[in-house]
Amino acid sequence: MADEEDDIVLSELDDEELVQQMHDDLYDGLKEEIEEGVNILLKRGWTPYDVLTKALVEGMRIVGIDFRDGILFVPEVLLAANAMKTGMAILRPLLAETGAPKLGCMVIGTVKGDIHDIGKNLVAMMMEGAGFDVHNIGINNPVESYLEAIEEHKPDIVGMSALLTTTMPYMKVVIDAMKEKGIRDDHVVLVGGAPLNEEFGNAIGADAYCRDAAVAVETAKQFMERRHNQMAGA
Amino acid sequence: MQLDDGTLTETGLEAVSGGVADKVLLIACGALAREIIAVRDANGWDHLAITCLPAKLHNDPQRIPDAVQARIHRARDEGYRSMFIVYADCGTGGLLDKVCEEEGVERIAGPHCYSFFDGNDAFAERAEAGEITSFYLTDFLARQFDTLIWKGFGLDRHPDLLPMIFGNYEKMIYLAQTDHPELEAKARAAAAKCGLAYEMRRTGYGDLTGFLSDAAARLPQHPG
Repeated sequence: MADEEDDIVLSELDDEELVQQMHDDLYDGLKEEIEEGVNILLKRGWTPYDVLTKALVEGMRIVGIDFRDGILFVPEVLLAANAMKTGMAILRPLLAETGAPKLGCMVIGTVKGDIHDIGKNLVAMMMEGAGFDVHNIGINNPVESYLEAIEEHKPDIVGMSALLTTTMPYMKVVIDAMKEKGIRDDHVVLVGGAPLNEEFGNAIGADAYCRDAAVAVETAKQFMERRHNQMAGA
Repeated sequence: MQLDDGTLTETGLEAVSGGVADKVLLIACGALAREIIAVRDANGWDHLAITCLPAKLHNDPQRIPDAVQARIHRARDEGYRSMFIVYADCGTGGLLDKVCEEEGVERIAGPHCYSFFDGNDAFAERAEAGEITSFYLTDFLARQFDTLIWKGFGLDRHPDLLPMIFGNYEKMIYLAQTDHPELEAKARAAAAKCGLAYEMRRTGYGDLTGFLSDAAARLPQHPG
């Protein structure tokens, strides 16, 4: 009985309580609850964009901070990401219909020789949540795949990920190819992955190293703001 | 010496004390303790002392460089004058090399232990040839698969995470240091649990033997 009494009925919470509860549910990786919360907020007339940013992205931001601080570990982050993915699946078509604001466009992929994509997919999801049009080109990408995707999508940002010490130098191959084609300065290049660090990012000529998904989003936003300011000043 | 995998994973191994000035200290990963001791004892390199940091640092590799550096400093305080690092890069992205450079100590070459067990050159050639969708086990990882990997990634509580963690892998390759049917069975079971094809390669100790041989040859120089 106590359990029944303690059960939280999401539909009975007011908006503020519900959003707070969704942050908690995301933290706990509860997919069904997130799905239900998203649907309730939409029924109450929330815009898909508000549901995305205030309930999901903000919740995931908290998860990211606690991961960075060593309070949460990889499994918990994966569960949270899975829950967010469920919510995103509901919101994505609605966001397209309602013309939610777009911050910019990004191409993101794991470099050649590397099949690791947990972090890269998390960044892609958070970037999408933050309002970027994200083209995720998957794993094991040779330089040609990046160049084709850049040509096709004309992204503001090119993101590269690697988990292996042996594959991370390939990022420089991609950057050098962009330089050769004369397109390096047309794009912001962000790099990330467990073995990387800021020094490496600088050494290969990336614009920034991002240590986690939350930093990637913040960094991307800052670069977009700079670009807009430059364009406005031109 | 009795070695317990749980201890090697969680807390590591303390060096044998006494007569440190005449010993060469190996600061190693807990996952390599058995193999280092086996090679040392087989060759009678009794002047090699070994101390291990917890193998679980591998689940958080950015902590490895600081932990190694702190152990180097402690070893110097303890009186060791000669030491070697038995860690590969291990996902530190060159930061462990930086520590080694700062401290003037050498580490075993290679990106990972499974690379130097296989032989760094052979491993690199296989990767170049396209072997990139394989997950590698060593003897230690075969023994500790459930603790370090299955539970470490939360798969015991959330098996639905399996596709996110192992979805891009096709094969589990057990690089066997020893001939041990029980470990082979464990490795085969780990592959089945992850839904991956299985292969075993008997590597022996690979490049580790040469590295330890070099370390054993560098006896501490007595001052004066």
